[in-house]
Amino acid sequence: MNNLFQDANRQQISGRRRNDLIWRILFLGATLFGIVALSALIITIVTDGIARLNPDLFTNYPSRRASASGMKSAIVGSLYMLCLMAPLSFVLGVGAAIYLEEYAPKNRFTRLIQLNISTLAGVPSIVYGILGLAIFVRTFGLERSLLSGALTMTLLVLPIIIVASQEAIRAVPRARRDASFALGATKWQTVSRSVLPSSISAIMTGVILALSRAIGETAPLIIIGAATYVAFLPESLFDTFTVMPIQIYNWIARPQEAFQDLAASGIIVLMIMLVIMNVAAIMLRNKYQKNI
Amino acid sequence: MNQQPPKSSARLDLTKGKTSIADKIMPVLLFLCASVSVLTTIGIVYTLLSETISFFRIVPIQEFFGSLKWSPLINPKSFGIWPLLSGTMLITIIAIIVAVPIGLASAIYLSEYASRRVRKIVKPILEVLAGVPTIVYGYFALTFITPIVRSIFPDTGVFNALSAGIVVGIMIIPMISSLSEDAMSAVPDSLRNGAYALGATRFEVATKIVVPAALSGIVASFVLAFSRAIGETMIVTVAAGSTPNLTANPLESIQTMTAYIVQVSMGDIPHGSVEYGTIFAVGMTLFVITLVLNMLAQYVSKRFREEY
Amino acid sequence: MSTTTAAPQVTETTKSVDFKTIIDIKDMDLYYGTYHALKKVNLTIPEKAVTAFIGPSGCGKSTLLRTLNRMNDMIPNTKIEGLVDIAGTDIYSNEVDVETLRKKVGMVFQQANPFPKSIYDNVAYGPRLHGIKNKAQLDEIVEQSLKQAALWNEVKDFLKRSAFSLSGGQQQRLCIARALAVNPEILLMDEATSALDPISTLKIEELTQELKNKYTIVMVTHNMHQAARISDQTVFFLNGEVVEFDQTDKLFSNPSDKRTEDYITGRFG
Repeated sequence: MNNLFQDANRQQISGRRRNDLIWRILFLGATLFGIVALSALIITIVTDGIARLNPDLFTNYPSRRASASGMKSAIVGSLYMLCLMAPLSFVLGVGAAIYLEEYAPKNRFTRLIQLNISTLAGVPSIVYGILGLAIFVRTFGLERSLLSGALTMTLLVLPIIIVASQEAIRAVPRARRDASFALGATKWQTVSRSVLPSSISAIMTGVILALSRAIGETAPLIIIGAATYVAFLPESLFDTFTVMPIQIYNWIARPQEAFQDLAASGIIVLMIMLVIMNVAAIMLRNKYQKNI
Repeated sequence: MNQQPPKSSARLDLTKGKTSIADKIMPVLLFLCASVSVLTTIGIVYTLLSETISFFRIVPIQEFFGSLKWSPLINPKSFGIWPLLSGTMLITIIAIIVAVPIGLASAIYLSEYASRRVRKIVKPILEVLAGVPTIVYGYFALTFITPIVRSIFPDTGVFNALSAGIVVGIMIIPMISSLSEDAMSAVPDSLRNGAYALGATRFEVATKIVVPAALSGIVASFVLAFSRAIGETMIVTVAAGSTPNLTANPLESIQTMTAYIVQVSMGDIPHGSVEYGTIFAVGMTLFVITLVLNMLAQYVSKRFREEY
Repeated sequence: MSTTTAAPQVTETTKSVDFKTIIDIKDMDLYYGTYHALKKVNLTIPEKAVTAFIGPSGCGKSTLLRTLNRMNDMIPNTKIEGLVDIAGTDIYSNEVDVETLRKKVGMVFQQANPFPKSIYDNVAYGPRLHGIKNKAQLDEIVEQSLKQAALWNEVKDFLKRSAFSLSGGQQQRLCIARALAVNPEILLMDEATSALDPISTLKIEELTQELKNKYTIVMVTHNMHQAARISDQTVFFLNGEVVEFDQTDKLFSNPSDKRTEDYITGRFG
């Protein structure tokens, strides 16, 4: 019996085994590469930026001197932006998702809308900036305002929100719709009282993740002309504004080392904000899983 | 069958009452929400097209695609797209060289080797890489990667294609790894078990069974990542420089299409000027390339999908 | 051994004759696209009694049940011909308001399907739909409905708890309470006990005997013995046709159609 296993070409097998082990290590190494890169990124930013992470950063306006510079106007600008975008993109995105999942007839036009949305999700963000420049800034005459920025960013995140909301709505069991209809509910009553409450936390997860992407976006806002030097807080929708990523870019573009470190401090603030939003999204997701 | 029993005297009033207003107007409102996305597409295509056409009235299309020099802001002006295209391609190729092997290898590891627990920890970490804002990557390229590159190749400038390309590559790794992993996880275990039963090693199963079976999804992920790298803006703006340069040397400073659009937007350009027009002509070129790639990715993943 | 001994025994409680017809179906055909799902159905259903639909799966019994509250309307390409008359109204006529119909013809499903809300809000869902906002009135309806569904004593102290915290059988009784809360005339039960354990099933069977004093109950069951235990009239379906309907004791003891006899004696299905 022993011979049965020994007769095989042992050299060939051990060679293949060694091969397998080497590749396994290579694959593991590749996987670790991503983790190492992320760690290097975080370490670089924290070591560069931790020294300047003081209250001045939050209370001062940008200045020609790095030591006196802060990002108050950028932080406030980003928050205003968020407050404008969030309701707008929520209503438009969830509305579109409800239409597509609950109301749309299954015809070519609906398929076209669906294809269009997935195509839009792949359009580079800078192209949305060009659209915003032509439509909101020029055609609508909104100039380089907070409103132009918020509308542009809304269009940018809309496809992501629609797709995420559609998935959330599709995950609501049919039985829950049937239960509502069987009690004499109309379509809208069923959607608003049964389908939406069942899917709202998953929808919110998608919305928050999309908004967190928007908060980190730089390019489209540069194109529509969000100013790089803003030493005041916007007082109306039509004021010029700046946001955190643009302020950070402005600092990175300076040759002096002090501004580079300031940029790193700004990045820490931006990343903390993103972490908070992502944690909120994950918590909502966990809550949602209990509901299904 | 049997004799008819008497009818019940009960009566239901089922006549239509007032139809609720919500049920009349909500479908219309929701349809309008959905049509915003269609209007967005129309808006993108219309603005790019109309502004590009008026741009080509001033700058002949032969020059745009024929000239090898791009200097729209400095006299003598020249509007040849090739330096920007080559800059974009150089960055994209470097990024792909970094991201394809690493992304694919990570996907194979996560799908074929890693335990469920490891996968549960590693996948979200890779997803964090996808969520890092590009401006942060730009900073990382400039302050971390560039010094390393310059210590290896001392002649390299502060702004160079290599650093930016490597970091764009890091940025698209999670895209390749997670989409490819999805495709590989969809390969049924029966295929794997068949190969294991014949005495294949894990590596042989992964490369000879799973990867070929998931090939359409893997290729689609490459194409999408390619498209994403082409459209990437802030990393290249920060780290690759702003010198339109028809070169294949990754150690030189170059300019991509996206970085050009940013550069010209930062300045105060008058509406209707030729400089203003270049934004749309370059934007149109970028849009068409990414659109074709995205459609190709969809086609590949649909057309060549393995049916299990 | 005679084959008829396997036939379910009909209990005494279900014998009763002087029923009035509340649902009258005449020459009804139903198509899903080109598929002829129900063929020339002629059937009367008695008021304030339990009618059971039996037959092998795919025979059309659930489909017919769903025509009674027009839940089939939501399936695309469904076409219905013939007459479905409930209490003197052709429910497929243009004047009929589907929502009002469904309010009057309640339904309980195979799987308990409570909303992810509190017990209270589940029962109050229907009344709120139909415009009742008054808290005291809602409280009253919730209590009455839960009492009728024999669930009140088990849940009265934690009405605010999630409906998902209830057991499967309790959830199904909650769904019955929810259906009763809109004050229907007819209650449709689509294999409402098939997912439940025997004790929960027994509770719901007992409940139907209570409820039929006030409501007309039409149930689909995969279980002939259940039909024999609790129904007054039984309808036997086969391949989209109503083969036979009669008083339950008669149908089980002395079926007039050979196919019915074959089915109830276990030769197929």
